[in-house]
Amino acid sequence: MSAGSVQEFQQSLTRLDTASTVVSPNEFETALADVIETPAVGAELPFEDLSLEELPVALEPSPSQLREAVMGVTGSRMGIASLGTVAVESRSAGDEFVALYPEFHVVVVRESDLRSDLSDAFGWLQSEFEAGRRSLILATGPSSTGDMGALVQGVHGPERVHIVIVRDDD
Amino acid sequence: MTESSQPDAERIRTLLETESDEIKQNTRLFNAGRYDAIEGVGEATHEQYRTRAREIKEESIERLPDLIDRTVETVEANGGTVYVADDAEDANRYVSEVVADEAADRVVKSKSMTTEEIDLNEALEADDVDVWETDLGEFVIQIAEESPSHIVGPSLHKSREEITELFEREFEPEEPLDSAQKLTAFARRFLGERIDEADVGITGANFVMAESGSIALVTNEGNARKCASIPNIHVAVAGIEKIIPSIAELEPFAELISRSATGQDVPQYLSLLTPPVDTPTMDFDRADEPSFGDSDAKREFHLVLVDNGRRAMRQDDELRETLYCIRCGACANSCANFQSVGGHAFGGETYTGGIATGWEAGIEGLDVAEEFNDLCTGCSRCVNACPVKIDIPWINTVVRDRINRGKDPGFDDLLVDGLVPDEEVSGTPLRKRFFGNFETAARIGSATAPLSNIVASSGVARKAMESVLGIDARRDLPAFERITLREWARSRDSHVEDPVRRVALYPDVYTNYAHTARGKAAIRVLEALGCEVVVPNVGGSGRAPLSQGMIATAEEKARAVAESLRSYLNADYDVVVIEPSDLAMFRREYEKLLPPETQERIDDGSYEIMEFVYGLLANGADVNALPAGDGNGVAYHSHCQQRTLGLESHTEAILERLGHDVLTSDVECCGMAGSFGYKSEYYDLSMDVGETLAAQFMEASDERTIVASGTSCMEQLDSLLSPGTRHPIELLDPGSK
Repeated sequence: MSAGSVQEFQQSLTRLDTASTVVSPNEFETALADVIETPAVGAELPFEDLSLEELPVALEPSPSQLREAVMGVTGSRMGIASLGTVAVESRSAGDEFVALYPEFHVVVVRESDLRSDLSDAFGWLQSEFEAGRRSLILATGPSSTGDMGALVQGVHGPERVHIVIVRDDD
Repeated sequence: MTESSQPDAERIRTLLETESDEIKQNTRLFNAGRYDAIEGVGEATHEQYRTRAREIKEESIERLPDLIDRTVETVEANGGTVYVADDAEDANRYVSEVVADEAADRVVKSKSMTTEEIDLNEALEADDVDVWETDLGEFVIQIAEESPSHIVGPSLHKSREEITELFEREFEPEEPLDSAQKLTAFARRFLGERIDEADVGITGANFVMAESGSIALVTNEGNARKCASIPNIHVAVAGIEKIIPSIAELEPFAELISRSATGQDVPQYLSLLTPPVDTPTMDFDRADEPSFGDSDAKREFHLVLVDNGRRAMRQDDELRETLYCIRCGACANSCANFQSVGGHAFGGETYTGGIATGWEAGIEGLDVAEEFNDLCTGCSRCVNACPVKIDIPWINTVVRDRINRGKDPGFDDLLVDGLVPDEEVSGTPLRKRFFGNFETAARIGSATAPLSNIVASSGVARKAMESVLGIDARRDLPAFERITLREWARSRDSHVEDPVRRVALYPDVYTNYAHTARGKAAIRVLEALGCEVVVPNVGGSGRAPLSQGMIATAEEKARAVAESLRSYLNADYDVVVIEPSDLAMFRREYEKLLPPETQERIDDGSYEIMEFVYGLLANGADVNALPAGDGNGVAYHSHCQQRTLGLESHTEAILERLGHDVLTSDVECCGMAGSFGYKSEYYDLSMDVGETLAAQFMEASDERTIVASGTSCMEQLDSLLSPGTRHPIELLDPGSK
């Protein structure tokens, strides 16, 4: 599997009308706090060294909090540089709900988890399936529809997406 | 004509007036998107995915019984349930029981053609269950109480204004819904509430992966994600043909499906779910409890695999490849007729577009397929568009043949058996036999020309042709030449010293009997470039009968052609073909009609005339032997089947090399399509399709010379613009200097 570059990933995100921020691990909390719009909900990040605990984000929210939130924050263990795709896993932390209900979805992805293209992503998917992790969404940009007579973003899923890319430790 | 189950002229006219504008706009957007996306990824790469996807589908359908067993094992090991339903009623009964067991009164659905096919909504509503379609296109159709007009965009025949009117009437909102944004926001809220309150979520499955018991869903709106995660119970309904071995085999489809459908590199959401999923269940009754209401409900998953005729299709050598279909709608988007009328004419009970013939014949029966099968003209533009390389025109031909064979012999046959020398069973409709035996008409017409032309174009004769054969009186008939091309060629005294190539110029029926000018031009061009040319005694290629679904007759013609050409091919002659539809027979359809080695011999040894000239010039022939362009420019329409064979660019290249400024059309087909445009009930549709081509050339037609490579295209352009359309070879004719 070959790694994908941050630069290419960001270019792909631009094509998808998706904002992105690149941060170092020690800037992570400050940078994310700048992006957060409240009320926000979140699913705890699947990374040992990065957490949402200190941020104004309701983890394991109630149904009311979920419906009222304007933003949802999840972590992705894989990004596809050529497409701007991220993964939303079906985890018990409720990533899927957090990523779906609010109009604004913020995704945290680590540089080292970027794959170059769909083919590389499938290599990762196969190893995930072998490890028994077999439910996830490959999400690319905001939800959209052309069914109402023109292209509209923000249908049953988010209208806006922001990706926070965390650089590898030096 | 009394073939009442076919689409009638009135219905087509109505659709041309009501739905055509939206359908044209949307299908052409998808179609252009597909071309762009394929160019973006690279044609060679795209081709590799198509080849691999085709292999996987062939293997999966071959192994289907094993894959079904494996899917049952794995889904059940994961904690789900699988039900293999024999038919629609069986599937509906099972889903109704799942819903009843939960005492569910509300069900939400994401887009699923298979549930449309089995009429699941009607079955659930009969049990007083409240069913909501959450895909916005399906939602529009549900509210309008209409059927889908397109596999991917079920409501794409509706304009934004029509949807506004529909929603305002149905929902009486306080604020006007006068933009796509407002309509979407309204639907998001309205359906969002219903999804939250639903007990059961029903989805389809674009792919089922046997090894892990997983499903893949392709969506842009996010509604399938909600339907699969918010209600505790998830029911996925899929045809048995959706099973592939594992996640490893999904990759080429992930690359192909959105590019082929909408021109996206990937969908907004590709869901890979192995239910029951780990996403917690939600309890909206405990709205303020953390952890999503801290529900203790367990997730439930039911996979309903629907047969409903598919196992029989798998056993059917001709319909089998329909099962490879991934329902991207590319065959509809690339179809000129579909772009004009959409799925409400070009479609059956559920499925729409070219591939619908296979689905409807297999699932519903020939009578449903017959309602729209004639709308496939065999133009073959869908062939390269299909991501799994299904020969959609062939499926349409086979089904047409079966429909013909199912007809009771009637009065027509008693009248004409013996006059139409074909191989068809009694019962094949008279008109189909007339067009299928056009070669006979052409031979007699030529032998008795010009009298035959005068008689045929008289008012009385045209009326008779319209009432007996359904040949529209508004169409000009081909004018036959008394001296055929072959006779002319034989009568010439021509000799080429040390020829660079020896050519057997195939005298197709049109060139030989009607448009001899292009044949004569071809001979002079080839001789000027150093070739010896003979016009062998060879009959029709079988294109005409094949178009009418008369496969046995086409096979007989193919055998005769192979026999006649054999000695030339053995003597190392190159077979050069002017009419692209006949070359397409040699290259494509003869695969179905002749033994492989015979077909390959003809395929390898035959060339389209401009392709051949291109080759001669590339190999050193003197371009100065041909007349240079006059600087006025050329407007060129390449024949549909020629483009499918990848032979459009040779003509452009030669004309440009000779100094012509070339404007090439980019429509899929001229709309004439052999006999299609002559048939009374299709006249309006044929002209509507032609209008798009005419519009591209209208401004240019005053100063540019209009050229077209196919006979049909020439006839269509003559009637749409002004008579005088020529074959490109005529511009190269040194005899015209």
